[in-house]
Amino acid sequence: MLGKLSWSAIPFDQPIPLAAGALVLIVILAVLAWILVKGYMPYLWREWITSVDHKRIGVMYCLLGLVMLIRGFIDAIMMRSQQALAFRAPGYLPPDHFDQIFSAHGTLMIFFVAMPFVIGLMNFAMPLQLGARDVAFPTLNSVSFWLTATGALLINISLVVGEFSRTGWLAYPPLSELTYSPDVGVDYYLWSVQISGIGTLLTGVNLVTTVLKIHAPGMTYMRMPIFCWTTLASNLLIVAAFPVLTATYAMLLLDRYLGFHFFTNTAGGNMMMFMNLIWMWGHPEVYILILPAFGIYSEVVSTFSRKPLFGYRSMVMATMAICIISFMVWLHHFFTMGAGANVNAIFGIASMIIAVPTGVKIFNWLFTMYGGRVVFAVPMMWAIAFMITFTIGGMTGVLLAVPPADFLVHNSLFLVAHFHNVIIGGVLFGVFAGYTYWFPKAFGFRLHEGWGRAAFWFWVIGFYVAWMPGYVLGLEGMTRRLQHYDVAAWHPWLVIAAFGTVIILLGIISQIVQLFVSIKLREELRDVTGDPWNGRSLEWSTASPPPPFNFGVLPNVEGEEPYWGVKQRAIERGELRPEPEYSEIELPRNSPTGFICAFFATFAGFALIWHIWWLVILSCIGAFITFVIFAWRDRSEYIIPVEEVARLDRANRTARAAWLAANVQAAE
Amino acid sequence: MSGAQAGTGVSPADPYRIGHYVGFRQGTAGHAARELASKRVIVGYGFWIFLLSDIVMFSTFFASFGVLSGQTAGGPSGKDLFNLTNVAIETACLLFSSFTCGIASIGARTHDNLMYYGGMAVTFVFGASFLYFEMHEFVDLILQGAGPERSAFLSAFFTVVGCHGLHVTLGLMWLLTMVAQVFSKGYRPDILRRVLCFSLFWHTLDIIWVALFTIVYLMGAGQ
Repeated sequence: MLGKLSWSAIPFDQPIPLAAGALVLIVILAVLAWILVKGYMPYLWREWITSVDHKRIGVMYCLLGLVMLIRGFIDAIMMRSQQALAFRAPGYLPPDHFDQIFSAHGTLMIFFVAMPFVIGLMNFAMPLQLGARDVAFPTLNSVSFWLTATGALLINISLVVGEFSRTGWLAYPPLSELTYSPDVGVDYYLWSVQISGIGTLLTGVNLVTTVLKIHAPGMTYMRMPIFCWTTLASNLLIVAAFPVLTATYAMLLLDRYLGFHFFTNTAGGNMMMFMNLIWMWGHPEVYILILPAFGIYSEVVSTFSRKPLFGYRSMVMATMAICIISFMVWLHHFFTMGAGANVNAIFGIASMIIAVPTGVKIFNWLFTMYGGRVVFAVPMMWAIAFMITFTIGGMTGVLLAVPPADFLVHNSLFLVAHFHNVIIGGVLFGVFAGYTYWFPKAFGFRLHEGWGRAAFWFWVIGFYVAWMPGYVLGLEGMTRRLQHYDVAAWHPWLVIAAFGTVIILLGIISQIVQLFVSIKLREELRDVTGDPWNGRSLEWSTASPPPPFNFGVLPNVEGEEPYWGVKQRAIERGELRPEPEYSEIELPRNSPTGFICAFFATFAGFALIWHIWWLVILSCIGAFITFVIFAWRDRSEYIIPVEEVARLDRANRTARAAWLAANVQAAE
Repeated sequence: MSGAQAGTGVSPADPYRIGHYVGFRQGTAGHAARELASKRVIVGYGFWIFLLSDIVMFSTFFASFGVLSGQTAGGPSGKDLFNLTNVAIETACLLFSSFTCGIASIGARTHDNLMYYGGMAVTFVFGASFLYFEMHEFVDLILQGAGPERSAFLSAFFTVVGCHGLHVTLGLMWLLTMVAQVFSKGYRPDILRRVLCFSLFWHTLDIIWVALFTIVYLMGAGQ
């Protein structure tokens, strides 16, 4: 009846996961109880859970990323403290548990922190920058989000019911085959990644279509803000790379469930094929993460330098070049496979070539700042820290791209330090910059500046203290994923690294405090006009938070940086543009399809993990029926009457006119 | 800040606006105006991108088949197993069904019930016959002891062919849903867009089958 599931799946004998699981459960129940008691449930259901508004979905993605960041960071601090303690000692984490922690840490941080964050920001900002009303397929967008949430939920269920994978964040066979990992850990990993991967693929389809087909009149490709270009590049990579991930893990699942021989040691299976396939997804994946971050830096650097971006066209070219070359370098993840000198040389050179467009970008940002009036607001601070940190990470990357050097540091902490250097210093700093930059647009008030600066300094200093020792340790020969060790030279560096993690913890605490303080002080931090940073692109031309329809009338784009031009003309004339002629607006209706679909996907995933076949069938039927019911509805849109459009747009115009009057007076 | 200067975007440190359009190319109407796309174009375009991703997934399975096709582990190879007559019948079924699917989509566009329902019905029959022959082949192989557990070659074979079969099955379910939709709602624009997507999907399965037929069966039987 319940397949492999029984009471023994719950780890009553292991206090750490049980306590952690109980804590998570209590927090979830407390939040639920609070929502129910306060009567927020109907509001949440109506305005958020069933929402198909790209802005709401973007916010929910970011929230998911933030919560999972905390979960993944707890794993990080456990690993660092274990390694600090485990010098000639067993430490406090048994090997079995330690292996689950490093696997969960990597899986969470890539699939459920970095991905939701960048997808959330793309979802939120890109349609606003294009002057669009929504993405191309709003309901599909909601399905994508909830499928991602399902994946995150399944991983967290593994904390209490059963166990998680012990095979690292990419589940290399043959270790991940049934012979060597007979329990459900790898299945938890595979199904959560597969389900959220479908969500990500659908996002890719959706956002590529949006950038290429949906936009305000006059928004040509070469007038799009760089963030839209990087969104396009990143989502093209999703469309091309995620199917490879799905297919590869489908093969591994067939090996595990039906006794196929794709990657087994026996009957002709080939585990090196897995390495090739998984990195054919895995390398583009890092560019899926970093390209949107590059886009955010471009917006931030230009806004806070009060200058147009230097070298716009070269930025576009660099972005698209990275998009293509990123598919030609996958083999550098396993130079030690033994493909031969010529193959390694080609992939080594291709990997180094990627540094060229990336360097172009760095110089473009620097030249944007040169001669500008740089405002050191929090997003700009993240951008500057990124430029320094990412350059270091990029150079160690070029070093790793040299095959002979790679043979020496392969699989060592040098490598681990390198990818933390680029992912924290590149993706995460970018996400934090974007979070601070677009927060007022999403909620109508800015984040508290002081706590933002505190978070910045703790994070940046903490990162260097935590990860620079990694380079030293790698050169001293320490391999990754060691549960204990007896080399005296490593110990001090690991203690320093653990200390760095504590500094990062202070950074995360500052961010949480910042959020609460900002909500409390929201009246002081209010963004009245909708343009808190003196912005240049279209998202700043509408109210904060934007109305559901984004723009009262679709903007008519006449050049690059459309809002900057409009704003300067208004300042010159001392008055706003004449009031446009409003008309009623059609918007997609909310739909619970995404949520219900994910509900069934959760049950299907759980049932597949535990071999509860009847529940799998039932869930699939449920999901199909959900789609059919969705397809049968007669009204998919609702109308916002012209009076409502005019009322909302006029309110914003009044605020802007007041700002303009004050500003013109000040200038005189 | 001086508004006039900033308005043209010229900053003293970047007087030549390197990397930006300058002069006449800025804002020339004919060059600049991107047409606003219709819903039909957006939906079809988006679905094409999805289909491309599906093709990428198939190409991964094809690549694995290419790597593993020689790994028979002492068991039977394609030459011993493939019955090209059966495959020829399957191919005929699928190609004809694509033709009738085209008829049905013309019927949907012209609101011609006979063409739409007739076309869809024949498409369903051909699709189901294709599946029948494929199932028949699979069962035959498994009974011979040449199931997917036998060797890496057979694992790859069953996966790439089975994945296509799974797509056909889902396509048939979609087909029935579309027939029911038109029956109960008529030829509404949103339903016509779905019919368009369905026919794109069905034709894509044909394209993939042509590759399958060539790479798996013809090349496999020659080995």
